[in-house]
Amino acid sequence: MKLTRRNLLAGAGSAPLLMSASVALAQGVQPKRGGVLNVILNPEPPVLQIGVNNQTPTLICGTKITQGLLKFSPTLDPLPELAKSWTVSPDGLEYVFRLQENVKWHDGRPFTADDVIYSVMTFNREIAPRLRGVLSGVAEATAPDPHTVRFVLKQAFQPFLLCFDATALPIVPKHVYDGSDIRANPANARPIGTGPFKFVEWQRGNFVRMERFEGYWKPGQPYLDGILWRVIPDGQSRRLAIQSGQVHMTTATDIEPFDIPALRQAPNLNVTTKGWEYFSPLFWFEVNHRVKPFDDKRVRQAMSMALDRNFIVNRLWFGLGKAATGPVASTTRFYDANAKLPPFDVNKAKALLDEAGLRANAQGVRGSFKYVIPPYGEIWNRMGEYFRQAMRQIGFEVTLESTDAGTWGSRIANWDYEATSNVLYQFGDPTLGVERSYVSSNIQKILFTNTAGYSNPRVDELFAKARTSSAEADRRAAFSEVQKILVEDVPLLWVVEVNYPTVTDKRLHNAVQLGTGDHASYDDVFLA
Amino acid sequence: MELLRRFARHPGAVVGAVTLLLVLAVALLAPVLFPGSPWDMAGAPFSPPGEDGMLLGSDSLGRDVAAGIAYGARVSLLVGAVSTAVSILIGVALGALAGYLGGVVDDAVMRFTEFFQTIPSFVLAILLVAIFTPSITSIVAAIAIVSWPPVARVVRAEFLSLRNREFVQAAEVLGKRPIAIVLTDILPNALSPIIVLASLNTASAILLESSLSFLGLGDPNLMSWGFLIGSGRSVIRLAWWMSVFPGIAIFVTVLALNLIGEGLSDAMNPRLRKRGAR
Repeated sequence: MKLTRRNLLAGAGSAPLLMSASVALAQGVQPKRGGVLNVILNPEPPVLQIGVNNQTPTLICGTKITQGLLKFSPTLDPLPELAKSWTVSPDGLEYVFRLQENVKWHDGRPFTADDVIYSVMTFNREIAPRLRGVLSGVAEATAPDPHTVRFVLKQAFQPFLLCFDATALPIVPKHVYDGSDIRANPANARPIGTGPFKFVEWQRGNFVRMERFEGYWKPGQPYLDGILWRVIPDGQSRRLAIQSGQVHMTTATDIEPFDIPALRQAPNLNVTTKGWEYFSPLFWFEVNHRVKPFDDKRVRQAMSMALDRNFIVNRLWFGLGKAATGPVASTTRFYDANAKLPPFDVNKAKALLDEAGLRANAQGVRGSFKYVIPPYGEIWNRMGEYFRQAMRQIGFEVTLESTDAGTWGSRIANWDYEATSNVLYQFGDPTLGVERSYVSSNIQKILFTNTAGYSNPRVDELFAKARTSSAEADRRAAFSEVQKILVEDVPLLWVVEVNYPTVTDKRLHNAVQLGTGDHASYDDVFLA
Repeated sequence: MELLRRFARHPGAVVGAVTLLLVLAVALLAPVLFPGSPWDMAGAPFSPPGEDGMLLGSDSLGRDVAAGIAYGARVSLLVGAVSTAVSILIGVALGALAGYLGGVVDDAVMRFTEFFQTIPSFVLAILLVAIFTPSITSIVAAIAIVSWPPVARVVRAEFLSLRNREFVQAAEVLGKRPIAIVLTDILPNALSPIIVLASLNTASAILLESSLSFLGLGDPNLMSWGFLIGSGRSVIRLAWWMSVFPGIAIFVTVLALNLIGEGLSDAMNPRLRKRGAR
């Protein structure tokens, strides 16, 4: 028996097409055609082609132009986008996608299976570091007919479908990119896609303008006439812009956390923290295991116990997050609620340090280390200051170091640090977003790998098993065991599951519906 | 004593001196007034002044702003004093060299000085701190490096005019060594403008450190006034007290130093001997 999309979706809730219609009807608002959506773009991205650049602004802006084969619900179930249906063979090796017909690129050429094969096997394989490993596991990519694509994997890889979101595997036009230097292609600044909006103009430092694509493949859509992305570099100006109605939406870190409580009270605005389930950013403090005494798990446990996560969530993030309980975000699949970090307990932390042989001297000091502050804004400084005070409580003197972005990146990548902090996306499945930070095969001198240098053969084995197993139950068992081991070993000090706020004007409808939130095509978004 | 009396006749200078002494006292007594660290999260964040036992309110992490100002006074005054001392040292050494030796040495030193004077000093300070990563040493060094050229020019001018005075010529004829002439004969007579300049330089050093901290280029381990304002800037609509009180502290201290500088200048200037008594 072949698994069909219907089977996969059974019990997973309704499709978002139905959902969006029902949501709109429930509010008594019919989709209305017309109007230009004003959105903040911050910081201004270097290019607009997803894949060539994967920073949040590029992804949010680029998803209106470039689409993926699939999109994902808040519970991370796959939904049709450029693929109207798909089947997965029972052994998990063969994936067949039926593509939408009558899809056109913005330059008028028809979209076919060739574009998909080029995008997956050449474009993304070449430029997406995160997916290179996954895509090199594709043994065969063929097009039985112009609207069918068939991938055969070398071995089962259950999260394969999760890779087909526009933010991970954007589908690009083969006729534009084939044979060119992808990174230097002029289309990166003025992308050509299949999405509901086409690129019109980009005044650097000022705005990006998109217009409705009249040849869009969903009849009657999009509803909006266009989107104007406004570059506003100052945080307080962004807040004023959304408050006064000059822009209809802000996202991610556009608005400082301390401004959100006031915006929740504003009569013209909605604030939601939904729409980040696919990414599920997790904030942690990272210690370098090559530096003593961080090689001792009792020390790391004690440090973790010295952090008051509720204080951090409420006071530093103003409630925009959830205290982390372990390495896997609670919003993603395979999260095990039974694997929990020990609670905040300063006395127990001190006892553990005594046990580890780190006795306090007359001044109550057990040791000292340096902490590199990631130079990404105020919240990172505040987190560093909090960390220093929390560590002082248990007898560690922490010296904070300021750097610029380039230095921070290269120091962490070269293991030239003692402690720092970081935020990583989880991409819905531990194999895609969690494994990379803990397996010893990924101890590399590259940013966002296992830079801390944690190594545990059992953890390696379990992650490998979960990666190649095609049965969900086996994967769940492996991930549960991994989570139990990791909360015991505390390789990283997980602190906050970050919930980025999306602030929308009440006139704006359907802005956040998917598990990728505003990283969506916006073909059903309207102003009324 | 005579000098002190003349200084005391200048009302502004007295106000300045008293204010500076008060600031110094707060700085010295900070650990007594506010036991514990200024970084301690003592209460609820964003408490307005007077609430939650905090006289000047609390910041975004619930840290006491008043404690921050008291401990910040230590950092700001220390940075002001040390960087001024260093800049005076460099300035006097180079200025004396140029003014006393003259000729080629004078030309070389003055071109070197002009080289620094043509670069906007704040931009140069930012550049230096950014290159050498922000720390108390790099900040003091950067401030000293950008503030010595005016000292060098003033000292050179004084030396040029004193160089050919009769008492200097007499010392030369007596066979005194040049280094001794510079240190014991010329320098004491050139001291008054240097002292005035030092008091003014201290004020501008405090401002410079605050500006650097404000831009996030301060030492992240030291609570300074600039840090307080910098961290309060973005929440000024929510918690005005976070930036206003440290701002007042900077304003008052810099004003006090300027008043003292002016008082000293008048007191040491023989031609204005009567001005204070007006």
